Amino acid sequence: MKIVMAIIKPFKLEEVRDALTAIGVHGLTVTEVKGYGRQKGHTEIYRGAEYAVSFLPKIKIEVAVASDQVEKTIDAITVAAKTGQIGDGKIFVINLENAVRIRTGEADAAAL
Amino acid sequence: MTFKRATGAGLTALAAVLFATAAYAEPTVNKGDNAWMLTSTVLVLLMTIPGLALFYGGLVRSKNMLSVLAQVFYCVCIVTIIWVLYGYSLAFTGGSDFIGGFSKAFLMGVTPDSKAATFSVDANISELIYICFQMTFAAITPALIVGAFAERMKFSAVALFIPLWVTLVYFPIAHMVWYWAGPDAIADAAKALAAAADGAAKTAAQAKLDEVNADAGWIFKKGALDFAGGTVVHINAGIAGLVGALLIGKRTGYGRELMAPHSLTMTMIGAALLWVGWFGFNAGSNLEASGGAALAMTNSFVATAAAALAWMFAEWIIKGHPSLLGALSGAVAGLVAVTPAAGYAGPMGAIVLGLVVGLVCLFFCTVVKNSLGYDDSLDVFGVHCIGGIIGALGTGILVNPSLGGTGVMDYATGKIADYDLVGQMTSQAWGVCTTLVWSGIGSAILYKVVDVIVGLRASVEVEREGLDVTEHTERAYNM
Repeated sequence: MKIVMAIIKPFKLEEVRDALTAIGVHGLTVTEVKGYGRQKGHTEIYRGAEYAVSFLPKIKIEVAVASDQVEKTIDAITVAAKTGQIGDGKIFVINLENAVRIRTGEADAAAL
Repeated sequence: MTFKRATGAGLTALAAVLFATAAYAEPTVNKGDNAWMLTSTVLVLLMTIPGLALFYGGLVRSKNMLSVLAQVFYCVCIVTIIWVLYGYSLAFTGGSDFIGGFSKAFLMGVTPDSKAATFSVDANISELIYICFQMTFAAITPALIVGAFAERMKFSAVALFIPLWVTLVYFPIAHMVWYWAGPDAIADAAKALAAAADGAAKTAAQAKLDEVNADAGWIFKKGALDFAGGTVVHINAGIAGLVGALLIGKRTGYGRELMAPHSLTMTMIGAALLWVGWFGFNAGSNLEASGGAALAMTNSFVATAAAALAWMFAEWIIKGHPSLLGALSGAVAGLVAVTPAAGYAGPMGAIVLGLVVGLVCLFFCTVVKNSLGYDDSLDVFGVHCIGGIIGALGTGILVNPSLGGTGVMDYATGKIADYDLVGQMTSQAWGVCTTLVWSGIGSAILYKVVDVIVGLRASVEVEREGLDVTEHTERAYNM
């Protein structure tokens, strides 16, 4: 099993969710995050004070999938979250050792 | 509060004319005037809470939101009590040219039947309404200062500074600018003079009239025009704020860390409430529900709109973007500038005043502040002091009838006096400079006193954590 973690543009969340649902991924955790990558921040001006805002708001999604689903998941997210502009985000894949469904006690693949 | 420049001789002549045709009557209270002044009084309270509180609160970081709201609310409550204990008496009874006395301390002798003068002979309002109306002015002025040292002043320091400041700075300035014996007292003395038969009686009556005319504040006698408090409220608070910002020092991280306003939505609500409440402040300062109040209202509309547009378009041209905060700041600057001019300028003059003050205050809040490096957190100096000075000087120009102003009434002839630019501007400059010096030095001394007793500044740890949780053990937003 793997966790596919993706940092995406906030307005792309619904499209990514739809794409993942379409390939049979039925669970998703979403966090509002801030960060920076190659995309530069922007400037905010309040009266005379100029602030360079270097941490931009992004959405982090985490999906736990079976290992054979990883490629499909990555493809779905890549297609749905892409605008072609700088700042589209990144995808990271992390090994997942165990998974348990709390209600039933089911483990691993059955728990996903 | 307003006054028209009146020479003793002029009022004497006016009174003589009046008494030649009609017997002098006890001044009457008009219910319409009373109703308008009751309304104006609560409108000015609305300016402070929640208007000013939200305007300021939105501009600070969310961790300091409650500290600003608490400080503004505290100002209203403490000054309200002090005002009826001795503030009204010190500001609005006779004494010296610089401060009144204690004859009305604890509102001694004031009853529901007591009357206060307006600006017309024989037109009074209930004194208790006048007391409450002026109370709201005394309350908003120290609340304006709070913006200059926001986000770093200890609440205990604010709690001590505000009562000291209103006592030693506000009440004297209000007395100097606004205290006079009133038209009825002068008319009474003039009547006695006209009725005096022989030489000795005439001499005594003349002495009495001179005494009544001398019974006024120092700036009042200089002839400075200040319709609703450009000097007493705005220059006074603005310079006290700058002195405070300089003495307390910059906020930790100023210039390096993000100190963006946490809610310009709150700031917009606050600014809009300020504008609404300001009609009580400016049109109410006419003290009568008359055409003068209507002129003040009109000017308070157009100067404000013009200043908001001037700031916004100037920013658009210079920075490439029109900002809401710019429009709101411009609106407040326009309100400040039109305060002394509200009953004297014509509407077209008020528009010009608004355009000028919008540009000048933008310049001070950006270029001047940044180049000098002081941390006046919410631009109390740049908007209120500078706007107040522009307004005070602008009033001296725009009162000119040939520029659409009302002119200054000359009671000797019963007509508008010939306009004298140099004379009027000299009077205005006296008002501005006296206020700057008195408030600047007085405030500096009081900050030092408070610093010795309780300490002015919160610790760096408290500042980092935010004043809300550390000083007040509560948080603005639990979401």
